Amino acid sequence: MAIGLPHYLTVAAILFTLGTLGIFLNRKNVIVILMSVELILLAVNINFVAFSVFLGNITGQIFALFVLTVAAAEAAIGLAILVVFYRNRGSIAVEDINAMKG
Amino acid sequence: MTFTLSALGPALPELLLAVSAIALILFGAIVGPKSTDTVNGLALAALFAALVLVILGPSQAVLFGGSFVLDDYARFLKVLALIGAGGTLVMSVDWLKIEKQSRFEFAILVLLSTLGMMMLISAGDLLALYMGLELMSLALYVIAANNRESVRSTEAGLKYFVLGALSSGMLLYGASLIYGFTGSINFGHIAEAAREPSLGLIFGIVFVFAGLCFKVSAVPFHMWTPDVYEGAPTPVTAFFAAAPKVAAMAVFVRFAVEALPHVAHQWQQIVVFVSIASMALGAFAAIGQRNIKRLMAYSSIGHMGYALVGLAAGTEQGVRGVLIYMAVYVAMTLGTFACILSMRRKEGMVENYDELAGLARTSPVKAFFLAVLMFSLAGIPPLAGFLAKYYVFLAAIEAGLYALAVIGVLSSVVGAFYYLRIVKVMYFDEPAAAFEPMSTELRAVLAVSGLFTLLLFFYPAPLLSAAGAAARALF
Repeated sequence: MAIGLPHYLTVAAILFTLGTLGIFLNRKNVIVILMSVELILLAVNINFVAFSVFLGNITGQIFALFVLTVAAAEAAIGLAILVVFYRNRGSIAVEDINAMKG
Repeated sequence: MTFTLSALGPALPELLLAVSAIALILFGAIVGPKSTDTVNGLALAALFAALVLVILGPSQAVLFGGSFVLDDYARFLKVLALIGAGGTLVMSVDWLKIEKQSRFEFAILVLLSTLGMMMLISAGDLLALYMGLELMSLALYVIAANNRESVRSTEAGLKYFVLGALSSGMLLYGASLIYGFTGSINFGHIAEAAREPSLGLIFGIVFVFAGLCFKVSAVPFHMWTPDVYEGAPTPVTAFFAAAPKVAAMAVFVRFAVEALPHVAHQWQQIVVFVSIASMALGAFAAIGQRNIKRLMAYSSIGHMGYALVGLAAGTEQGVRGVLIYMAVYVAMTLGTFACILSMRRKEGMVENYDELAGLARTSPVKAFFLAVLMFSLAGIPPLAGFLAKYYVFLAAIEAGLYALAVIGVLSSVVGAFYYLRIVKVMYFDEPAAAFEPMSTELRAVLAVSGLFTLLLFFYPAPLLSAAGAAARALF
């Protein structure tokens, strides 16, 4: 069986769903949320590269490179905010992020 | 193809902001904490220079192969975003110093986020949209956590970051689907390819809309707003309420109108739903709030709902309504936050609106202006807020969306309750202890925005014609 575009899209959709569920269902740790965000961005990259190859159009691969770069910046900022939060609160459990209701 | 530097002319305001942000961060890093005042002043000067360049610069240009579009629409909204950013920077300098949160990075992050907004407003394809959005958001995540010693501020930053990252993930997933099913990321090409929409394209549109709704804090993607508004330092909240909303709404409208004119049918339903839900939630959820920053968060959710009424109409009239609404919204927000920033006693800042009790007797001028702003936020004629609501509802009725207009009017009646309650507290309750005197900057911002809301009704022509020209550029 040849592996075609639908297979790539399915993998990406599964990864995207896992990432989203990881953010909503995770009750433990903020680091897991950061990992889920990375998972979402990787799903997007698979989509972009798969479409790019299928369409014979380079734009998707350029987009994927930009996404990779921004993802790195985003992770750096997320971890930095997490560190200052940990210094104040002494915990990074999701249930301890509760100084404000909502 | 030859490339000359002068070809970058239309992007001069953005280049100026980028270069000054980099230069200022070097300056700050070399000189150290002493540089804060200089950096604040220079950052403000850079914003002002960018404003002048936008106003005097060319009104029509396309750069970087269609990624960067300059037209009257972009210019109108850039002016608004720059006024929002500059206004909050003016108000925040003194406040941060008194609260001992003053760092030179603050002004630089405001500059960078404003640069992101301007790129966003001018975005002509999905890649520019994403890069602008991320530049804006990454800087905003950091300034939400500006007060590093406070649990609430860092928690606000963390919550904003997690939900913001999720929303940009959704937006990107949508962008990848749109790219895959249309073969292009350029808005114009997407519009051509979307004449016969496929299921994948519709999915992509829904995901991108979800991401954009998050950035304008429209229901059902509003959940970050109250917590972030409450937790972030007050000048940062003022910034969140004013400038990024303008930029996000700008790109929302441009994307919907330029890239998806042939599938208007499909996205109209989404926008109508989001708009009704935001107006209703903004009206009802704010009633129980005592913290004025939280109250303003729900108020801003409601106002985004009203602005989206104009987009739901999908016509030139509607877009003009959105633009007028955003202009008035920025003015009212800046004025209201000037008042909130001045709610300071000797012991420190207070945030409950009960503390405004009897303000009419302790400082009558401030109470008068705040009352004007509250009446305007509620949409009572003849103030600016009424004019703004009038034009969006008019567009909705002309587009045949009667139910939407009726629900909008009803929810603005409900919303009037909590605005008028603040006026009642100021004018009829027993006076609480007086606040510390307002600083000159806050007075100036409050006076300008108060007079704008008060007098717009008598001389609306310049704003109306500018918004009309801006809306024409999209059609």
